[in-house]
Amino acid sequence: MALFTIHVNGESKQVDVDADTPILWVLRDNLRLLGTKYGCGIAHCGVCTIHLDGDAVRSCAYPISAVGDKKIVTIEGLSEEGDHPVQKAWLEHDVPQCGYCQAGQIMTASSLLAQNPNPTDEEIRRAMNGNLCRCATYTRINRAIRTAAKDM
Amino acid sequence: MANSHNSFKNYKHLASYIIALILVVVFVISCKSKNSASTEYVVLSKITKKDSLASLAAFEKVYSVLMHPRCMNCHPNGDIPLQGDDSHIHNMLPQRGPDGMGISTMKCANCHASTGVPGESTPPGNPLWHLPPSDMKMVFQGRSPRELALQLVNPKLNGHKNLQELRVHAEDTLVKNGWTMGGNRELPPLTYNEFKDAWYEWIDNGAVAPAN
Repeated sequence: MALFTIHVNGESKQVDVDADTPILWVLRDNLRLLGTKYGCGIAHCGVCTIHLDGDAVRSCAYPISAVGDKKIVTIEGLSEEGDHPVQKAWLEHDVPQCGYCQAGQIMTASSLLAQNPNPTDEEIRRAMNGNLCRCATYTRINRAIRTAAKDM
Repeated sequence: MANSHNSFKNYKHLASYIIALILVVVFVISCKSKNSASTEYVVLSKITKKDSLASLAAFEKVYSVLMHPRCMNCHPNGDIPLQGDDSHIHNMLPQRGPDGMGISTMKCANCHASTGVPGESTPPGNPLWHLPPSDMKMVFQGRSPRELALQLVNPKLNGHKNLQELRVHAEDTLVKNGWTMGGNRELPPLTYNEFKDAWYEWIDNGAVAPAN
């Protein structure tokens, strides 16, 4: 075990965990931020996506020792009132079905739009390839991203 | 008249003696210096005899490693990396991107952290995980031994490396990563040190390309 000071959703947190602990389990077990979900555990499904200095990182495959002073943002910290343009568009298009993958979908979509505020359909498809949805809400996800892009 | 002719002859003889004496002194000094102060001289590179047959034999070993999934998967014939011992197209279809580091939300480093996490099929870690850049793809997949050897030694196709730089490339952390990915991944057919020895032997003996 070792002490790590990490920056999560605008706050500094200290955690005492093994160096190879995935960020996901630090968020869920140590900090009780339960919005980030566990899916595959091998970075294949995108459910656990968070932002690390703005990049859409798979938290299940990223060890706490590799975080350093990079800033972590989870779904809880994406906006104060749940009113990020992507979150609003998600509501407008009624995107979720079961909802389990949606935090990861929203975190990836918001990272995409922060880097590319006006993506083409092809760019959206390529950027979202790493996020699976077992309910197959992909069509609504794509529509919501296009809507959110207008508010970015 | 006879006197002046004789004095001219004497002067000529004297000059010849002086020149001969100078040459002898220079010769003696140079011989002495050569024996006693060799560090003052430029050391000529050792002339080694190159063994083309040894080079060919070594490349056969090198080729077996470079075409193994642990190496070839990141040198695909396309813009999506390969994955697994069967070299299938990488799940999630990450794109190469201009610099080989991926694109927007699908950068290599978004899943491949500087170090991996424990587990059988977790993404291997490396601080510089990437494919070759899009302007020099350095494709291994599908290359014959001859094609790959010629590609490896061509600076226009190998990342602008001369033979010495190519030799040093064996020390690259991503090259070494082929043996340290962990999990249940199959290892290349040679150990890392066996590969490095074969790589050096191939290059040091002329980096000869096989006939086919």
